[in-house]
Amino acid sequence: MAEEMRLVLRNLGKIDPLKIDDYLAAGGFNSLKKALGMNKSDLIQEIKDSKLRGRGGAGFNCGSKWNFAAQAQADQKYVICNADEGEPGTYKDRLILENDPHALLEGMAICAHAIGASQGFIYCRGEYPAAAEILKEAIAQAKDKGVLGDFDVEVRLGAGAYVCGEETALIESIEGKPGEPRIKPPFPPVSGLWGKPTIVNNVETFVNIPLILEKGAAWYAAIGSPSYPGTKVLTLSGDVVHKTFFEVPTTTTVREVIYGLGGGLTAGKQLKAVQIGGTSGAFIPADQLDTAIGFDELSAIGAVLGSGAVFVLNESRDLADVTARIAKFFAHESCGKCTPCREGTARMSDILDKINNGQGKAADLALLSRLGRVMSCSSFCGLGQAAPSPLMSALKHFPADYEARLN
Amino acid sequence: MDYQKILADYVEMPGGLIEAFHAIQAELSYLPEEAIIQAAQVFGIPAAQAYGVATFYSMFSVKPRGKFVIRICESAPCHIAGAAKVVAALEKELGINMGGSTPDGLFTLEFTECVGQCQAAPVITINGKPYTDVSPEKISGILEPYRKNI
Repeated sequence: MAEEMRLVLRNLGKIDPLKIDDYLAAGGFNSLKKALGMNKSDLIQEIKDSKLRGRGGAGFNCGSKWNFAAQAQADQKYVICNADEGEPGTYKDRLILENDPHALLEGMAICAHAIGASQGFIYCRGEYPAAAEILKEAIAQAKDKGVLGDFDVEVRLGAGAYVCGEETALIESIEGKPGEPRIKPPFPPVSGLWGKPTIVNNVETFVNIPLILEKGAAWYAAIGSPSYPGTKVLTLSGDVVHKTFFEVPTTTTVREVIYGLGGGLTAGKQLKAVQIGGTSGAFIPADQLDTAIGFDELSAIGAVLGSGAVFVLNESRDLADVTARIAKFFAHESCGKCTPCREGTARMSDILDKINNGQGKAADLALLSRLGRVMSCSSFCGLGQAAPSPLMSALKHFPADYEARLN
Repeated sequence: MDYQKILADYVEMPGGLIEAFHAIQAELSYLPEEAIIQAAQVFGIPAAQAYGVATFYSMFSVKPRGKFVIRICESAPCHIAGAAKVVAALEKELGINMGGSTPDGLFTLEFTECVGQCQAAPVITINGKPYTDVSPEKISGILEPYRKNI
């Protein structure tokens, strides 16, 4: 039986997020003090040794990323928190922002010290105005107490663009421009915000940092999957009994999450598919539920851990309908910069509508598969590369849902 | 409306155009052409570039909107939870279609993608405030305080 392990959500429900004294009483900012007393290279080595990988979806080794920015020579560097949580079915960052804002500030301040930055930004999605207000209050309290030292943080509000979750699009948005991704390389740790070395990490990634310094890299590396240690905050939605959040070690299986913690499916129905990682994730059929919620374990079956969203579909759901809705999402959210994504997402949506209207031919299914391959290979950024993934996995595992609608 | 007064708060902020647009929308529910032109002048960028920002982001509108903007999430978790029924109920209740505004200038109906409240789908927001587990039966009760124009 799977059990929760609350590391990232350690203070949820235990402290008042608007009282910095609560956070201090819980040992808050001790890790920052420890970090400030450490040699920068030792500090980065500690994060590397913990094997913490980014929780935003790409899974890059956090300490290695910091090292690139630390080694870059510049008069100014920046630390950015990606709080543009737009992946449908996901609200784990909102939970952290609303319940433990100081842990985020502490993680960012530790990063700032490690790379030699004095300015930070929290890019909070426009759909979370309440979280943004909590963050602003937390920053004001932290400045009042002087706990952040020379490190200054500002909140910037997004305005409803999923693509801004992509780190270079996010940087463009902070610069006051449309959120279109930049060509990489150079990567942000070398040239990011206003051309300066910049670390962009997800909310959940930063909140792990104080804990790693408190308990040690070895302690952290021993939790969960060896290749992606620690926990993952999961948010359950769809046809599952407990539509709520859980934080589990990354060795927990999908089955344990849905049937153990999640309480199984509503109305005693059978599971048809589960989509992990948000709307850009792959659909997983029932016979692969014993896969662990680890980055590499899910990659191995052609799925992704992504944001940690767990979207459960019962036997009555039609993948042709659900993937058509998802295709509309991507057609709407494509920024339009590159042709494979701009045209591909729109055509994918059109063809799926045609199939759902009973006007599709077998050739349309072949066309969708080819279009998906082209988009995933040739799109400019992760949005267009991942956009075909839900449909490709649904066509692979549930072809009957589409074939039944063909003319 | 004196846009200059609002814009002045953001002109020293690097990249502050988006924050400035949020501030104007907080007052007017949309970004009038004159506000965009003045913002471009204040930030020292071409008007086309400021307009590009205003139209890139889904939360900004260059068309007038009602005082209360109702956004209905249509992302997958809300979709399977019955968002279409909520859309139909809201259209009927307000007598307008999605994208439209009521003649009294009070309400606008818009689609949105995920607003991160998927624990209780379907979800709508009114001027950013989320309402969860929405059903057609709950609509008139949710709108009641806004109709009194508080």
